[in-house]
Amino acid sequence: MSSTPKATDPSAPLFQVEDLWVRYRMRYTSFEAVRGVSFNLGREKLAIVGESGSGKSTVGRALLKLLAGNAEITASRLQFGEVDIAHADEKTMQTIRGARVSMILQDPKFSLNPVIPVGEQIAEAYRVHQKVSRQEAKARTLDMLAAVQIRSPERVFGQYAHQVSGGMGQRIMIAMMLISNPEVIIADEPTSALDVTVRLQVLAILDDLVRQRGMGLIFISHDLNLVRSFCDRVIIMYGGQIMETVAAADLDNVQHPYSRGLLNALPSLEHRRPRLPVMQRDPSWSRLQKEITP
Amino acid sequence: MSSEPTAAPAPKQPFLTREARSPREAILQRLGIGALTFLGNRLAMVGLAIIVLLVVLAIFAPLIATHDPNLQNLRGARLPPSATNFFGTDEYGRDIFSRIVHGARITLYIVGLVTVTVGPIGLIVGAISGYFGGFVDTIVMRITDLFLAFPSLILTLAFVAVLGPGLEQAVLAIALTGWPAMARLARAETLTIRSTDYIAAAKLQGASSWHIIFHSVIPMCLPSVIVRLTLNMAGIILTAAGLGFLGLGAQPPTPEWGAMTSTGRAYMLDSWWMVTFPGLAIMIVSLAFNLFGDGLRDVLDPKSN
Amino acid sequence: MISVQNLDLAFQTAAEEHKVLNAINFEVAPGEVFGLVGESGSGKSTVLRCIAGLYRHWTGGISVDGQSVAGRLTKAHHRKIQMVFQDPYGSLHPKHTVNTTLAAPLRIHSIGDIDRRIVEVLGQVGLPTAARFRYPHQLSGGQRQRVAIARALILEPSVLLLDEPTSALDVSVQAEILNLLADVRRARNLTYIMVSHDLAVVAHLCDRVGVMQQGRIEEVLEVPTLLAGEARTDYTRILFEASRRYDRSMASSLAGAAKTA
Repeated sequence: MSSTPKATDPSAPLFQVEDLWVRYRMRYTSFEAVRGVSFNLGREKLAIVGESGSGKSTVGRALLKLLAGNAEITASRLQFGEVDIAHADEKTMQTIRGARVSMILQDPKFSLNPVIPVGEQIAEAYRVHQKVSRQEAKARTLDMLAAVQIRSPERVFGQYAHQVSGGMGQRIMIAMMLISNPEVIIADEPTSALDVTVRLQVLAILDDLVRQRGMGLIFISHDLNLVRSFCDRVIIMYGGQIMETVAAADLDNVQHPYSRGLLNALPSLEHRRPRLPVMQRDPSWSRLQKEITP
Repeated sequence: MSSEPTAAPAPKQPFLTREARSPREAILQRLGIGALTFLGNRLAMVGLAIIVLLVVLAIFAPLIATHDPNLQNLRGARLPPSATNFFGTDEYGRDIFSRIVHGARITLYIVGLVTVTVGPIGLIVGAISGYFGGFVDTIVMRITDLFLAFPSLILTLAFVAVLGPGLEQAVLAIALTGWPAMARLARAETLTIRSTDYIAAAKLQGASSWHIIFHSVIPMCLPSVIVRLTLNMAGIILTAAGLGFLGLGAQPPTPEWGAMTSTGRAYMLDSWWMVTFPGLAIMIVSLAFNLFGDGLRDVLDPKSN
Repeated sequence: MISVQNLDLAFQTAAEEHKVLNAINFEVAPGEVFGLVGESGSGKSTVLRCIAGLYRHWTGGISVDGQSVAGRLTKAHHRKIQMVFQDPYGSLHPKHTVNTTLAAPLRIHSIGDIDRRIVEVLGQVGLPTAARFRYPHQLSGGQRQRVAIARALILEPSVLLLDEPTSALDVSVQAEILNLLADVRRARNLTYIMVSHDLAVVAHLCDRVGVMQQGRIEEVLEVPTLLAGEARTDYTRILFEASRRYDRSMASSLAGAAKTA
């Protein structure tokens, strides 16, 4: 089920981010969650990896301007295709969210409405952006449920969020987020709450759909091991900044001491070590710095 | 967080931000930070100010009141507010201002007595019921149902029928109908708390159930119970005023605000000051307790904002 | 040291009986690190809580150091076996300082010399003495977990039950805590049972591992055997492969084998 990409030039970047800053204004202080982040997203699977507090989730939400009211988003360039997101108003953003850029969150328990059947929610998501009849929306929903490998779409259509397992819930979320054929998906820890075997299946579905439709995927995660085999490129963040950007295949050759430290600190099934090397945090990493690009 | 001692004496850090060095310091720091948060809440400070005023009035009533609250002067009955009688006089010529000032004592008495009874009893019963669950819980909950079924008015009538009308009967009735709500609140909190890991850890250390209830469960219930108590105080004042209004609580010549409003009702059209000032007093103090309770909740339970 | 025989656990709902654990059997030798790994619903944490004595309505046999865990648990039992919980944010009482949290077990068991023991155990878990009077909200996730470990160690148990001790922690903090657990074990010659859904973590710390699925033990094997890809059962092999990396072909074979909607 492929569809032609909306951008005219297939090799043009979908997202262009230059010097993105996110500051939270609080009563007596301000806090910089994202400090000078720059990257481009093409038709690829781009991972943003970091520990808690690194700012990775904030970046994802900033791209859709989905942050709290006291968050100040500034960038010298924040461009989605032809849309200048940095200066776009809420009305413009609403035409983009869910229609051209979708977001998948971590736990379907919290992102699915508990009192409406899941199929209705998907159909509703479709009808927000497309003026179609209910029957048409339902038909498209069933198609979408089949596309995410759900074997009895009719039955699942009428189920409630608490009746579906974690893996199925995430697949329902994927269906909901992809039904309007977006160009980009931002996935924030989409498989962290899932068992490891279910995780693979959900990722495979995401993998296929992204490839078939020529979409761009931003995959936000703390799991370096996972992204090295799933994604094409990896951005490593710490303290609101990008420490390093590498191709996933080159992860073993990362240069920045933080990236090295992160990689080494992971317990590995490939080689067992009696002690895990503990990362020595260098305070200079928190200062504004130039990133290491390949 | 703490400054290491160096060759030159290190600058002393302000008390609230430095590392606590003893259990007492830790508790004082927490109280200090809580107090600062409270002080930053303007409305809550207004509430507190009014409550402080109420307490001052109660303590120094004889000094603040301009007249004897019970001194009748039939020739000066139902006089409007003036320089001599700030709030006017009632149907017996008694100075309303002085009666309101002395009435503050009664208001505080009622609120204090009810709160001090209802709080601890409700908290302990609720925590025990929630923690043990099962049979104990069922029994306690049915008992609270019994008490909840009675409106305080009916209960006071019952007490009055047996014991005769009076302030103590009103207080008893309000307390008896008020504790179940507190118990239910404590029970609800306890139900959440008892399945936490820190309670499991305490059990694993061999702590007895009573030890766990008093050391771990009740401290976690305290914030919501305290807040509910302060918010309740407004309701207590209004209930007591209502009972006084019906002649069931404080008896004449006691200057209880509700009773004053009640008797003033008959003269409302000609002598509005007889109803208005006691009524205003009730309203302002109820509001004050509400604002205070809100501020307290912001300090004790910040995430419920 | 620990012997679990034919452990069964079921709970009644209105309609039916739901079996959570089914004929669990394994033994742990003194000084061994035994892992229990499985996906959600496998019952691995439940087994741990049965051994700890937090769940009482099981049938079968559990004994620690020769003594059965059924029936009334003595204080001596609690001195022997302690537990570290998964969520560092939930396992410490929010209104108790670190000092109170560590002193409580000592007081319950009427052990004296409280100050000295607290300072000593704080040193062993790598916490500064300055942290002694902090509240949990003033500590980081890693520091809270260290306090939880200190609390478990302060009674000088011989067995430590670890319920996903690093799942809620960042990768770098996880490494520190895993190293700490390894050091402590060696220093005090403890026996560990560690539960985790993360095969890499289990393989790192444990000698032998029991693989659980849906309330049953699929297989008990040595970690080197697991890492060599020589597990006996299909499920274990699938779990191992799935934990190593994302692989498109593995995912389709899983989808074919598993039940979807």
